[in-house]
Amino acid sequence: MYKYDQYDQAMVDTRVAEFRDQTARRIAGKMTEDQFKPLRLQNGLYLQLHAYMLRVAVPYGTLNSAQMRVLGDIADKYDRGYGHFTTRQNIQYNWIKLEDAPDILADLAKVEMHAIQTSGNCIRNISSDQFAGAAADELVDPRPYAELLRQWSSFHPEFLALPRKFKIAVIASDTDRAAMRLHDIGIQIVKNASGEIGAAFYVGGGMGRTPMIAPLIKDFVPLDQLITYSEACLRVYNRYGRRDNKYKARIKILVHELGKEEYTRQVEEEFAHLLTQGIEPPLAELERIIPYFADPAYEAGASDELDRSDPDFALWVDHNCHAHKQPGYMVATISLKPVGGIPGDASADQIRLMADLAKQYSFDELRVTHAQNIVLPHVKKSDLYTLWQSLDAAGLSTPNLDSIGDIIACPGLDYCSLANARSIPVAQKISERFAAQDKLDTIGELKLKISGCINACGHHHAGHIGILGVDRKGTENYQLSLGGCEGADTSLGTITGPGFSEDGVVDAVEKVTDLYLSERKDGERFLDTYRRIGMAPFKEALYG
Amino acid sequence: MKIVTGNDLKSGDVTWWTGSGWSRHIADAVDAGDEAEAILARESAAQRVNAAYVIDAERTADGIRPAHIKERIRALGPTVRLDLSLDPTATPERVL
Repeated sequence: MYKYDQYDQAMVDTRVAEFRDQTARRIAGKMTEDQFKPLRLQNGLYLQLHAYMLRVAVPYGTLNSAQMRVLGDIADKYDRGYGHFTTRQNIQYNWIKLEDAPDILADLAKVEMHAIQTSGNCIRNISSDQFAGAAADELVDPRPYAELLRQWSSFHPEFLALPRKFKIAVIASDTDRAAMRLHDIGIQIVKNASGEIGAAFYVGGGMGRTPMIAPLIKDFVPLDQLITYSEACLRVYNRYGRRDNKYKARIKILVHELGKEEYTRQVEEEFAHLLTQGIEPPLAELERIIPYFADPAYEAGASDELDRSDPDFALWVDHNCHAHKQPGYMVATISLKPVGGIPGDASADQIRLMADLAKQYSFDELRVTHAQNIVLPHVKKSDLYTLWQSLDAAGLSTPNLDSIGDIIACPGLDYCSLANARSIPVAQKISERFAAQDKLDTIGELKLKISGCINACGHHHAGHIGILGVDRKGTENYQLSLGGCEGADTSLGTITGPGFSEDGVVDAVEKVTDLYLSERKDGERFLDTYRRIGMAPFKEALYG
Repeated sequence: MKIVTGNDLKSGDVTWWTGSGWSRHIADAVDAGDEAEAILARESAAQRVNAAYVIDAERTADGIRPAHIKERIRALGPTVRLDLSLDPTATPERVL
């Protein structure tokens, strides 16, 4: 994985020193909160319901074991013994003291990490496919391109005060595992008819109060124009994005209001101009980055055999492991969704254990997924059983990936100052209702996502079943939606009708799954059945 | 009753105005009544507490109960991690 050069390290170290000074001045009363707030937000430090919250960037979700171990140590040393992995492939700590924040950033900087641009109206952490570099179906590893974009977007002086926040995802497979088309810019690395590698640009997607699926605006941008084209997309947005209205300020609104054709025309015009300015970094920089993402030293001739005699292990393999491009290896996903647990939370001990297991069994690499799980991307099949035993002993072997138990949930009103309703208790009750493994297996793939407010951090619009918590006259109420999907066939969920109480929405989810089971045809997933029979039968089951 | 709340500048802890200072326990909060706005102005200037504001609450048999669920959760802690609550007798039911 990428290693900082002296410029990267100097930038991060300088920022730590700067923030240490700013924090000291704030605590000494030499700065007001109005003056300090934008500075702390630029360093990922929010003030939430109960305390300061620090959001740490995990670029394109990739970590090494030393970084993961430090994340565990921070949870112990500065927080309350746990961290929360987020839908942006980052980690958040919920109980940070302001006076500790500079020390935490210094600890992070020692392992080439930071919290820069995890907040504010700037280009946020670039997200990517959690199986990058390992997936059997990828064209190339998308992370070198994500890293190039990270370098371009870090402290980019023109884009530090955009109309609103800006999120970019980069993938390189037809199977979209990163919700790419629900980003401000989604980039898919593709091959054209001449066999050249380039980038397809999807612009203007997003969730929030006005969810939109990004349209394709350019099907092929040569790699030596990747940054220039990105810059053109951002420039048009920066120039015409709605700064007058926070709720209409995201690029999706601009693209929608201008229309895809007009937005694209303006981007092309800007692109043509920028090509004359020579802003593209030399290809040598990309060529410098690519070797950092070279394949690890796989064992030649590693056995493809897997002893499945332990039924619990076999179950976990079937649910949580995926094909690897290298014979004899698999991609193992650690579910952070135990029955009745808090989605995405992991204790300091669990975080350190995952770091150790990555060191021992996965060439020192981990990934954070947007579904709030952790991936060990390169595990030898012959090591899988021993790995599973270690995970099982630590409560990390729940075999529920992509099932109704693998729920995405934002922190909700238990932690978040923006939330209108709690998300986590609903997730806990649903996972308990569907705890029986045979029930989970009978239902099959079903992605359920919960947000505690319309900002949609829990991706409810993209849930096969989505739940949105709202405040109805001071009482929590939950809207149900069906038919969302974040993959290659991205779709947005449709609200079923009137909302439900906390317990009522759990019953409603069960009614929906019961109807699906009674109506499905052979081989159909929940989403397939929904798309075939439509909303009406589900409405009838819920409200009839 | 009107009570004044905010987050402690250094720790970020939820804090409540007691009439003479700030406490992490809502049980120590006092009715700020007509003085609420003056307290806010004075305490904002003192910069010990971030983003202080006034909320509605009532005194019940169980103690002071903020009118809105968000403030009740602030007073208690996350309902899903009651082990982190300041109140060892806390239950989600009491909050909701």
